[in-house]
Amino acid sequence: MKRRCIDLHLRANPKDPQTTQRLIERAACFGYHALSIPLSAQFEDNQLTPLRAACNQAGLDFISRVDFKPRNTEDLMRFLRKNRRRLEIICIVCDDKEIARQAAKDRRVDLLNFPSLDYHKRFFDRAEAELASAGLAALEVDIRPLLVLEGPSRVRLLSNLRREVALAQEFKVPIIVSSGVSESHLMRMPKDLASLCYLFGLNQPQALDALSKTSNALIERNREKLRSKFVAPGITLIRGAEMS
Amino acid sequence: MKRTKRRYLALQLECEGVPSERELMDALWASITKLYGEVGASLTGLSLIDFNPDRKVVVIRVLLASLPSVRAGLAAVTSVAGLEASVHVLSVSGTIKALFSNL
Repeated sequence: MKRRCIDLHLRANPKDPQTTQRLIERAACFGYHALSIPLSAQFEDNQLTPLRAACNQAGLDFISRVDFKPRNTEDLMRFLRKNRRRLEIICIVCDDKEIARQAAKDRRVDLLNFPSLDYHKRFFDRAEAELASAGLAALEVDIRPLLVLEGPSRVRLLSNLRREVALAQEFKVPIIVSSGVSESHLMRMPKDLASLCYLFGLNQPQALDALSKTSNALIERNREKLRSKFVAPGITLIRGAEMS
Repeated sequence: MKRTKRRYLALQLECEGVPSERELMDALWASITKLYGEVGASLTGLSLIDFNPDRKVVVIRVLLASLPSVRAGLAAVTSVAGLEASVHVLSVSGTIKALFSNL
């Protein structure tokens, strides 16, 4: 069966429709089935409509996603309370240990992203992996830094990614691989993206699963939850009783 | 003596303009050398078989044992002859004949 590959992190600027359209068309040409363009935390619901229309026109499934970098844990909780029911994917950008721990614990968080290149600011350690495995959060690995960095900074990043991926596998935390690119010349076909994962210890089938199977499972789970008939996992409203 | 197994890769080059064979191979070698060093690059057995400048399709040959590392190296190419570029693997095959029939 053919894989449904998804790029969950195409960082197009929704305010620049021409470039966004070009990136979407290129993703469709490369064989992706679905993609997600992250919105900022202060997004409006009407921002989703043109993106969804552009994706549908290119034959792609659009997945709504927001990237949020909380200032503190209260900020994170407030954001999740307000937005969980509005979006399919919520990614928390972690550059603080307390926030990373809270995000890993919270079952409303879908993705944990660690953008920092500094070893001391990447908090995906054993404790974080254990918390994430008990929750529902997946570890997101962006490929872009591997393409743009060179020399010692790329060496350090590869070493960090290798350690984090090994920990995620040990604690059975799902791994999602996404491009994280905003430039068209850095976009790669799904198999090429998967082959770059060889550099940090994922073989081709594992990397392709991270691009397709894991992302699909995450999206299906969240779409099910967003349906109006969803009550709880395994419980769906079939018919509502009329109140007399 | 055990026979050396090889794989042929068809690549699609995306860049502005058409680089020469030399510039193209320099970019591929540079990317692989940056990732694995000179010793690692020497173990890949990379060589150019064919370059079609009109379609920008390149055929290279590598050792089977180094296929994953070469694919990663090819995906990491971001420039050729100083211009922004990307290399996409179109097909991988054990024989040149099968490779061209897949294209």
